Amino acid sequence: MPHRGNSVAKGRGAGLGSRALVSMAVGGAVVRLYGVVAAGGFRRYTTYRVATAAGVFTNTVFGVIVAYTYIALWDQRPNLGGYDQSQALTYVWISQAMLMTVNLFGGGFADELVERIRTGDIAIDLYRPADLQLWWLSADLGRALFHFLGRGVVPLTFGALFFDLALPTDPLTWLAFLLAVLLGVVVSFALRFLVALSAFWLLDGAGVASLVSIAGLFFSGMLLPLNAFPGLLGEVARALPWSSLLQIPADVLMGRHRGWGLLGAFGFQLGWAAALLGVGRLLQSAAVRRVVVQGG
Amino acid sequence: MSDLIELDGVEKVFEVRRKTGRLRREKREVRAVDGISFRVPRGEMVGYIGPNGAGKSTTIKMLTGILTPSAGRLRVAGLDPSRERTKLAQRIGVVFGQRTTLWWDLPLYDSYKLAHRMYRIPDARFRENLDRCVELLDLASLLDVPVRQLSLGQRMRGDIAAALLHDPDVLYLDEPTIGLDVISKAKVRQFLRDLNAERATTILLTTHDLTDIEQLCKRVMVIDHGRLMYDGALAGLHEAGESERTLVVDLERELPPVQAEGARVVKVEGPRQWLAFPASASAAPLVAHIAQAYPLVDLSVREPDIEAVIARMYDGRPLY
Ligand SMILES: Nc1ncnc2c1ncn2[C@@H]1O[C@H](COP(=O)(O)OP(=O)(O)OP(=O)(O)O)[C@@H](O)[C@H]1O
Ligand SMILES: [Mg+2]
Repeated sequence: MPHRGNSVAKGRGAGLGSRALVSMAVGGAVVRLYGVVAAGGFRRYTTYRVATAAGVFTNTVFGVIVAYTYIALWDQRPNLGGYDQSQALTYVWISQAMLMTVNLFGGGFADELVERIRTGDIAIDLYRPADLQLWWLSADLGRALFHFLGRGVVPLTFGALFFDLALPTDPLTWLAFLLAVLLGVVVSFALRFLVALSAFWLLDGAGVASLVSIAGLFFSGMLLPLNAFPGLLGEVARALPWSSLLQIPADVLMGRHRGWGLLGAFGFQLGWAAALLGVGRLLQSAAVRRVVVQGG
Repeated sequence: MSDLIELDGVEKVFEVRRKTGRLRREKREVRAVDGISFRVPRGEMVGYIGPNGAGKSTTIKMLTGILTPSAGRLRVAGLDPSRERTKLAQRIGVVFGQRTTLWWDLPLYDSYKLAHRMYRIPDARFRENLDRCVELLDLASLLDVPVRQLSLGQRMRGDIAAALLHDPDVLYLDEPTIGLDVISKAKVRQFLRDLNAERATTILLTTHDLTDIEQLCKRVMVIDHGRLMYDGALAGLHEAGESERTLVVDLERELPPVQAEGARVVKVEGPRQWLAFPASASAAPLVAHIAQAYPLVDLSVREPDIEAVIARMYDGRPLY
């Protein structure tokens, strides 16, 4: 195994070729570190088996209720938002699968981070030789994977078995869906990271967090697909970052983005992810400066 | 030259905003550390003590680089902690008794796996260090237990191990024995003694338990209101604190307080009397005088109580 800390030391100061090796070794070490963090993020949720089972049950029941609501709605307004009824039902079950994966109800790492800021435990995170944002992003990706498998797959399968869904057969479409989900998780993380960091300046970050959480529920399309939002509201909603969380992955899976359109959808998600992560970085360095000077 | 920790006139001033009225806010300065200078050579184990709010934790935070000093010069292993925090992290280990660095929801071992990757510890080295810590800190049966299920003493031992896997040159311990029972304390102390003896790890330790200091540190620094009140051998604290020894005399019968030069009676209980005299003075002339002038049955000399010395020092002035 070449990617080892000591090989970094050996390679130091050598020629160009070995400098490339060095940066590869450093890259390997970074991947390993955040890999362990992500694995930890995944594993910590595996211990709550009963909660997971209860959550799957809730998601499924909830899915059934929303499904019948949508059936009634689409009976009245066929082709609402450009979806036929089976597409609308597919949307319902995808949203149940995505609910926890992109953490639409909030909580998760953000509450934890706010708590660490409040108690001053954040100081411990700062003297570690690891990057705060990457650390929490990795942990959240681990969590998201767990929730996707643990809380997402079952409701979606249930929906597919008992309802007439418009699911694709092309494996490439599924692959594109997974990528869209991944990007959605990153955007969701980046948003919540911003909110959590506000706890450095606001004594009571809970108010902001719940406001953003409600906005997320609405603008992600959890209540109603963003396609069905009328006029300007729809335009705005589809341009906001929250549309990356559910609307885009759902439309990717239903094959509504193809070719350049698919790239455009990914580009939209990537753009928001990069912008929000970038702002998060700025806020993070301001926060670190504050801790380092003001002691929190 | 081999000083691992160097402080020259280090200060930390916090600005605290306080609400005084509906809208009015008052800015106030808290001088948590107020001009401290000291040096710790490699391999030394130093106690850093002082009353609550003295500035101990603030000093340690500056030494780890998570707080920048407001003034003065600070070097640890030749590095400027707050500027080179990430580099320094490889050279230091930190244990905050009141906080944990461990992964709360996960088995203890996962936190060590993380340290392995975070500090890029070579595999063989990691194994060796972990085995050693597991053995000496009695962690074998705890590795699979989620940290949140550990008792305070177990968690503290787990934290100490986590701080040492990357072979730090310097170890800071901020109240490592807080809340531990006698047996856990003894285990932790023994471990630190061995670590210091075998690896020459430099250790800076804060505590409110003076037994920690008595058993571990030849050198002790006392800080109060952000200033260094004493820096020297533990034994020297007695002189510095103008401490007193106690002569306990048993007389044949109840008598009025004994009259003796250089000593005063502090307590009388039936035929037994307690006399305080300066710790620096010899007991012999005092004993001779009492034996000659009073019907003496028995006597004993009590060494000064270090806690009393320090308590007196805490509300005193600089002692040197
Ligand atoms: N972030 C901060 N902002 C404002 N004041 C602070 C901050 N951190 C510490 N202080 C103040 O600085 C002083 C020193 O605090 P510090 O925590 O260093 O004390 P300590 O010696 O560790 O005490 P203890 O024995 O209680 O742990 C205290 O008056 C404390 O209130
Ligand atoms: Mg303290």
